[in-house]
Amino acid sequence: MILKEILQKYPKKDDQLIEILLDYQSAKSNHYISKEEIIEIADYLGIPESKVCSVLSFYTFFSVKPRGKHIIQVCKDVPCYVSSNIDILKIIETELGILVNETTPNQQFTLEFTSCLGCCDVGPVMRINDKIYTHLTADKIKAILSEYRVNM
Amino acid sequence: MKMVNLTINNVKVSVEENTTILKAAKKFNMNIPTLCYYEDLDIKSDCRVCVVEVEGKKGLVSSCSTPVVEGMVVNTNSPRVLNARKTIVELILSNHDTNCTTCVKNLRCELQTLARTLGIDENRFPSVFEKCEIDEGNPSIQRNPNLCIKCGRCVDVCNNVQGTSVLAILGRGHNVKVSAVFDEKLSDNFCTFCGQCASVCPVGAITEKDDTDIVWRALTDPKKHVIVQVAPAVRVSLGEEVGQKVGTIVTGKMVAAMKILGFDQVFDTDFAADLTIIEEGNELIQRVTNGGVLPMMTSCCPGWINYAETRYPDILDHISSCKSPQQMFGALAKSYYPKKTGIDPKDIFVVSVMPCTAKKYEAKREEMRVDENSPDVDAVLTTRELGKMIKQMGIDFENLDEKPFDSPFGITTGAAAIFGTTGGVMEAAIRTVYEVVNKKPLEGLDFKELRGLKGIKEAEINLGGKMVKVAVAHTLSMAKILCDQVRNGTSPYAFIEIMTCLGGCIGGGGQPYGTSNTVRQERINSTYSLDASMSLRKSHENPEVIALYKDYLKEPLGKLSHHLLHTHYHDRSSKV
Amino acid sequence: MNEMKLISKRFGKINPLSIDEYIKFDGYKNLKKALSMEKIEIIDEVQKSYLRGRGGAGFPTSIKMMGLAKESNKEKFIICNADEGEPGNFKDRYLMENDPHQIIEGMIIVAFATGGTKGIIYVRGEYQKSISLLKWSIDEARKFGYLGKNILGSKFSFDIEVRSGAGSYVCGEEFALIESLEGKPGRTRVKPPFPTQSGINNKPTLINNVETFSTIPTIIEIGGANFSKIGTPSSTGTKLISLSGNVKHKGVFEIPFGVSIRDVIYELGGGIENDRKIKLVQLGGACGPIIPEYMLDMIIDFDRFEEFESKTGAGAIIVIDERFDIFTILLKVVRFFQHESCGKCTPCREGHIQLGNLIEKFIERKAMMQDIVSLESLARVIHQASLCGLGQTSPTAIISSLRYFRDDYIDRIEHPKRG
Repeated sequence: MILKEILQKYPKKDDQLIEILLDYQSAKSNHYISKEEIIEIADYLGIPESKVCSVLSFYTFFSVKPRGKHIIQVCKDVPCYVSSNIDILKIIETELGILVNETTPNQQFTLEFTSCLGCCDVGPVMRINDKIYTHLTADKIKAILSEYRVNM
Repeated sequence: MKMVNLTINNVKVSVEENTTILKAAKKFNMNIPTLCYYEDLDIKSDCRVCVVEVEGKKGLVSSCSTPVVEGMVVNTNSPRVLNARKTIVELILSNHDTNCTTCVKNLRCELQTLARTLGIDENRFPSVFEKCEIDEGNPSIQRNPNLCIKCGRCVDVCNNVQGTSVLAILGRGHNVKVSAVFDEKLSDNFCTFCGQCASVCPVGAITEKDDTDIVWRALTDPKKHVIVQVAPAVRVSLGEEVGQKVGTIVTGKMVAAMKILGFDQVFDTDFAADLTIIEEGNELIQRVTNGGVLPMMTSCCPGWINYAETRYPDILDHISSCKSPQQMFGALAKSYYPKKTGIDPKDIFVVSVMPCTAKKYEAKREEMRVDENSPDVDAVLTTRELGKMIKQMGIDFENLDEKPFDSPFGITTGAAAIFGTTGGVMEAAIRTVYEVVNKKPLEGLDFKELRGLKGIKEAEINLGGKMVKVAVAHTLSMAKILCDQVRNGTSPYAFIEIMTCLGGCIGGGGQPYGTSNTVRQERINSTYSLDASMSLRKSHENPEVIALYKDYLKEPLGKLSHHLLHTHYHDRSSKV
Repeated sequence: MNEMKLISKRFGKINPLSIDEYIKFDGYKNLKKALSMEKIEIIDEVQKSYLRGRGGAGFPTSIKMMGLAKESNKEKFIICNADEGEPGNFKDRYLMENDPHQIIEGMIIVAFATGGTKGIIYVRGEYQKSISLLKWSIDEARKFGYLGKNILGSKFSFDIEVRSGAGSYVCGEEFALIESLEGKPGRTRVKPPFPTQSGINNKPTLINNVETFSTIPTIIEIGGANFSKIGTPSSTGTKLISLSGNVKHKGVFEIPFGVSIRDVIYELGGGIENDRKIKLVQLGGACGPIIPEYMLDMIIDFDRFEEFESKTGAGAIIVIDERFDIFTILLKVVRFFQHESCGKCTPCREGHIQLGNLIEKFIERKAMMQDIVSLESLARVIHQASLCGLGQTSPTAIISSLRYFRDDYIDRIEHPKRG
C-alpha cells in the first residue's frame, strides 16, 4: 500500500531507483527492503531485480534485513578517533546490550558503523536516523539514548 | 582508415586509429596477458592484468581499454609492469581456492595458465579466502563461488548478451561476489540454464553439472543396454576438445570413439531433427490453414522454453507443441526401439551428447517421460564432457577409423545437419513445408538471408500463392524483441525460430571453451558444408523417418505422435 | 596570519535560508553580470584565473568548460559533486549549510557559459541538512527567476535538481558518481571517453566540486586576472581548509594558497590541545600523505603536494598528537578504503585487505624486514595499477609513512613481541 504511494511520486525511469529506495526505506519503521518489495519496485521501473539487488548491496544505507526503528551509526574514522579518549562504540554496546550490526530484541535500535560523517570538527559523532550528535561523551550518549527510550 | 604511429617495446609500428594497445601489440606478435578480457564481450578493464607502461603517464594503463594515439611510446614488459602483473595475480590467488589438482578446470584454467606464464612460484600474500556454499541445486549448472575471481564475464553475458539478468554483482569491496538474484540459488531465479556463463568463465566457478560418472556407471553395468544420441552441433566442435582445428568435422571418428567408450548403439539426433521437421512443419501448415495461433514459434531449444515459461507465459500457445529432437529421440528410444529390438525398456539407458547445458534440465522435466517412473533421456553430456570421457579412456582420437551411425536412427539429411546453427531449423522447415504445401520441388535450397550471426534475420516464402514472412532470432535479448511483438499482437511473421545461444547450438553453453564469433563462424561454415555434401537435404526424404511413420507412428500429428512427440508448457512466472 | 574570505565571506553573516539576505550581500549580482557577457568571455575569465578543481585532482576548470562548450549535443549536464566523503573533509558541508545560493549561482554561470541544460547536485546521503537546504534554496531561486525558463528574461534556461547518495565514498569519483545518478552501483567506467564527451545518459557532462562552483561568482566579480594574483603561480586563489584532529580550534578556514601548514595549525588552529607534540599530520584526507612535524613549513600548493605522488587538493589537515600510534592510524585509513572500494578492479579489491594485514603485523610487533618490502611493493602496485582515483590515491598514507616514519617501522621489527 505505502510502497505504491511512494512509487507513484516517481517517474518510471531507472535512474529513480536509488531515490525510491531511500524514500521508501526511511518511511518504513524497520528500515529495510524485502524481496517482495524488490520485485514490485523492479516491476514498476521495468528493470531486472538483479539491478535492484546490486544497488541494495552496494550502498551502506540499504538493508535487505529488518532493522530497528532507530539506526545508530558510529563514525570509525581517524578524525573522530583522535578526538576522544573514550570508546564510543563500547559505551553504546554496553548501554543497549548488543554488538555492532545487531538489533535490540525490542526492535528499537540497530547499531552500525559508518564511514566519516563529515563532522570531523565536532567529533566524536554518531548519527541516529537522520540526526547527527556531536561532541559525544559517555554521559551524553547515555542521555541521548534514554531520550529515545522515553519516546518509544 | 587513418593510421596511427606508435612505438611498442622499441618497435615502431603503425595501426588503424581506435585500435587498443592490446590489439596493436598482438598484431605485431607481442602478446600482453589478459584475464577479464574476452573477445566480443564488453571491455571491463577490471582485472588489471594487461596493464602496460605508457611514456608520460604516471600510472599504468590497461591495454585492453586504452586506444593508441599518435606518438605513443608503450612498454609492455618493463620491470614495473611485470611486478604489477605478478602482484595482481598473486592477489587474485590469495582469495581463490587453490586446490587446483581437484578442480574441474585443472590444466585448462585461464588463471592457472596465467600464474604459470608469469612464473608465480610462491604467493607473498597469505590466503584470505573464505569457503562459501556451492550451488548444486539444479541439473544443469554448478556455481562454485570459491573459485570466482570476479572478472565479470558471466554477469556481462547474462545481462547484456542474453538480457536474462539472473547473475549480478552483489556487495562491494573485498566482499564483492557474483550471485544469482536475491543471493538465492540459480534454480530459484528464472535461470534459463543456457550455460553461456559457464562457457565464458575463465576458472571453474561456473561449470556444467558433471554427469560423466553416471554415464560411466551405466556403461559398466552389464544389465544396461546403453544407447547414445549425438546432437548436430557436436560433430563440428568436439574436435576442439581433442586437439583438432576449430571447425573440423569429426562425425566418423566421434562415432568410433563412442563405440570404444562402450555405448551399445550410437545414434544420430539428426534423425530426430528430421522427425521434428515433419511434425513441426505439419503443425505449421495446420495452424496456417485452420486459423490457428500465429506466429508459431519453434520449440527445439530448452533455454528458450525456460525463458518463455518464466517471462512470456502469455505467449506459450504460440510455441510449437513439438518436443525437441533430444526428447523425440528419447520417447522413441523408450517405446519404438524396445518394441523393435525386444529389449526391456527398463534396461535401456539413454544418453545424449549435447552442445547445451539446458538440455540437462529438459531431460529431467516431468513431461519428458513415456514411462512415468523414469526419464526418456537418462543422462545428458555436454560436448566438453564427451571430450573428457574420450581423454579419460585414453583414446587416440586422431588415428581412429571412422564409423557410421547405427540403424534405425542413423540416416539423416542436410536439413537436420543445419539444426545446430541459427536459422537452420527455419531453413530445414521451409525446405519441407514449401514442398508439402506447394506440391512442387523447391528450387534453390539455400536460404542465405537466414544464415549468419546477425541478431534477427527475416525471409519471405511463397506458401500456396501467399507470401509468408518468417523470422529467426538468436540470443535471448534478440528473442525478447520478437516476443514483445508477439505479445503486443504486432508480429508480422507466420513462423519464428528462436535459439538461446549466440550462433545457435554451435555456440551452446556446453561447447568447447574459447567460443568467440570467429569460432562460431568456423563451426557454422562446417555445418553448411556438411549440408551441401549430403545426398539427402530435405527431412521428408529421410527413408528411416518415412519407415518410422509406416511401421509405427502412422501419420504426422497422429494419435501416437501426439502421445510421444508432443508436449505442453507451463506458466512458471510467479516469483514469490 | 588571518583568513582571506572570498567564498566564505557570507559564513555566519547571512541566514542561509534567506535568498533576500544572499541578494543583499552581493548575491546573484555576478550572474547578472555573466548573462551580459559573451559565453566565451566567461570561459576566458576562468582561464585567466587559472582556477583548478577543488575536489582533489586540481584539473584546470576552464579546460573542462571548453570541453563541454564545444560539444554540440542539445542536452548537456552540469553536475556539482557534493559527495564529500573523505575523512577529515567537511568544507563542502560548510559551503552548503552556510551559503547554498553561492553554489547555485556558480552552477548557473557555468551552465550559461558552456550551454549546460540541466544541473544536478549530488549530495552524499549523510548530509541531510545540506540536502534540505539546497532543495529549499533551489525553489527560492526558481521563484526569483534565477532558475527555470528564460532566466532573468534572457533566452537561457536552466534548472537544478538535488540528488542524494546512499552511503558510498567512491561515488565522489566522477564516473562512479554518474553511474550512481543513473541508478546503478557506483563503479567507475573505462576512460576514454571522458565525461565531457559522454557522461550521464551518455550526454556531455561537466562535473565540478562544490567549492569550485562556489568560486565562480568571485572570479566573475573580481576578474580572472585579479584572481590569479592571489595564491601561488601554480595554485591561484583561496582554498578552504578543513582542520581537524588534536588542534585547539577545529573548523573550516579560508586561506590563500601558499600559506604554510604550520601557520594553519598554529595561527588559525591555535596549536595543539594541551600543547602536546605532533606525531603526524595527514594532508588532504584519508587519501593524502602523512608527514612529520619537521615538514610543517611546506606550503599549501597543488604542485608541492604532487611530489607525494598524490593529488591532495581537497584541503584537509588532520593533526594527530604524540599519544597516538601511527600504525593504528594507518590501519584505520586502510580499512576505510577496504570498506569503500567498489570491488571492480583487482588491486583495490584484493589489495587493501592485504595492506591491512601487513599493518596489523606491525601493530602486533610480529613484522619482519620482508614485510616492509611487501608493504611498499603492494602499496605501489595499488597506486599505479588501480582503475580509478580511489585505489590510485588510497596507498598515499602508507607510501609517505614508509618515507617519513621508517624508524617507527624498524622499531617494531627490532622490538618484537616476546612470547
